[in-house]
Amino acid sequence: MTDESDTAGENGYNFAYLDEQTKRMIRRAILKAVAVPGYQVPFGSREMPLPYGWGTGGIQVTAALIGPDDVLKVIDQGADDTTNAVSIRRFFERTAAIATTTRTVEATIIQTRHRIPETPLAPGQILVYQVPQPEPLRRLVASEVETRTMHALEEYGVMHVRLYEDIARHGRIATAYDYPVKVNGRYVMAPSPIPKFDNPKMDRNPALQLFGAGREKRIYAVPPHTSVKSLDFDDHPFEIERWNESCALCGATETFLDEVLTDDAGGRLFVCSDSDYCHERRVVEDD
Amino acid sequence: MIEAAPLLSVSGLGHDYDGIIACRHIAFDLWPGEVLGVVGESGSGKTTLLNALSARLIPTTGTVRYRTREQGMVEVYRLSEAERRMLMRTDWGFVHQNPREGLRMSVSAGANVGERLMAVGARHYGEIRAEAVRWLEQVEMDTGRIDDSPRTFSGGMLQRLQIARNLVTKPRLVFMDEPTGGLDVSVQARLLDLLRGLVGDLGLSAIIVTHDLAVARMLSHRLLVMWRGEVVETGLTDQVLDDPQHPYSQLLVSSVLTP
Repeated sequence: MTDESDTAGENGYNFAYLDEQTKRMIRRAILKAVAVPGYQVPFGSREMPLPYGWGTGGIQVTAALIGPDDVLKVIDQGADDTTNAVSIRRFFERTAAIATTTRTVEATIIQTRHRIPETPLAPGQILVYQVPQPEPLRRLVASEVETRTMHALEEYGVMHVRLYEDIARHGRIATAYDYPVKVNGRYVMAPSPIPKFDNPKMDRNPALQLFGAGREKRIYAVPPHTSVKSLDFDDHPFEIERWNESCALCGATETFLDEVLTDDAGGRLFVCSDSDYCHERRVVEDD
Repeated sequence: MIEAAPLLSVSGLGHDYDGIIACRHIAFDLWPGEVLGVVGESGSGKTTLLNALSARLIPTTGTVRYRTREQGMVEVYRLSEAERRMLMRTDWGFVHQNPREGLRMSVSAGANVGERLMAVGARHYGEIRAEAVRWLEQVEMDTGRIDDSPRTFSGGMLQRLQIARNLVTKPRLVFMDEPTGGLDVSVQARLLDLLRGLVGDLGLSAIIVTHDLAVARMLSHRLLVMWRGEVVETGLTDQVLDDPQHPYSQLLVSSVLTP
């Protein structure tokens, strides 16, 4: 159908694995999602050669978007070298023969699980999130019919019930990841299981943010420069995590840190979860 | 003082489930501050009627008109879904026979009471909590249980919690489906006492469906007796219970066991 199909990386596969009809269907869902920020658009999710929960939604969005000139970066928990990231990167190297990178600034498409890169994104870049549960109301309301009606009528009081419950039990809002946000002042959206540390980065980000949920068959989006506000109470405002430590490798103090156990004697250190950002900082230091 | 215009006005209301008539030809007015009891045996259409009145079920025929605070008299089933749902969670209350249906069992008592406030835009935790405490006191619950899960509550406490959850937005009309069903008699008596006090103090209007004539006598000013989907007798509570006219009402009154 398009000349893309002639450039398939590995014999027997169409360019980027999915057939062109499917890509077209996914692109239409993406366009609709971009037109209605935060709204979950149903799409005909395909069976992918990896299990649900490993990024079937994200990989389909990426496959529908990617072209021969794109440079792909894949991160899992901030790192480029974890199993999920390595296999998805290799999947597109084989099926689309595209260039890949671990450097945030070089990438045109970044597929992510659980993090937003520390390096600020630029206009023209696309961030693709892997989403296990796209429905922010699901934990409180089991019925899909009811949650859709609630979105349609903007009935979001129940989201605050969840936050109320947090404060009543823990004295503060203890939700630390998948922290609900309101997009463009209208739809309440699940930001996927990113730490709430990353929530402020979504707000008015110059990059296009796309969310794919393969098992739940939903795509949604935050277009560039769109407001994304984390829900909170007037007397318990939204806060992000802070650490007393700094990164043991690069010394960063303003990044999301992972705690790493180093031995059985209680030895531990904190390092940046974003491996590329940490690496870049050390390279600059060495120069 | 009873105001000059009815709060709720029902005419020609009927509902059938695929041709099986559940209730028909229902017409009555409910006045502000009035408590209307609906009595009748199982299967007489009481619950269908209550659901059709409270916008939980779209009736096959007839109209239900309600006097809202802002717009005056409106036809409930002509409102948009958004307006209707707003009415249901602010100006109306619904007390289920089984409190588990009306409560959110997975969150604390305080969150249950506060939910309606948050649904209409309350965003100050301290104020929501203070209001929840106030309402737990109103329904005579131990405020120390505010952070406990409803799963740890007894049947009577659950029912009190459900009532508090409904009243927190100061509704003007409360629908109750067998509010004391399934409770033992001493708990039932205390709950009835509480309900009667609340209805009087707050000037609520209420429609109470019950098969228990003692509950009807204690709470309601006026009674509708239903039989085979139709209202067969209506009048002041004492009048209907002491001097029933329709054969079915007579049967109903004479069937009550006295210990």
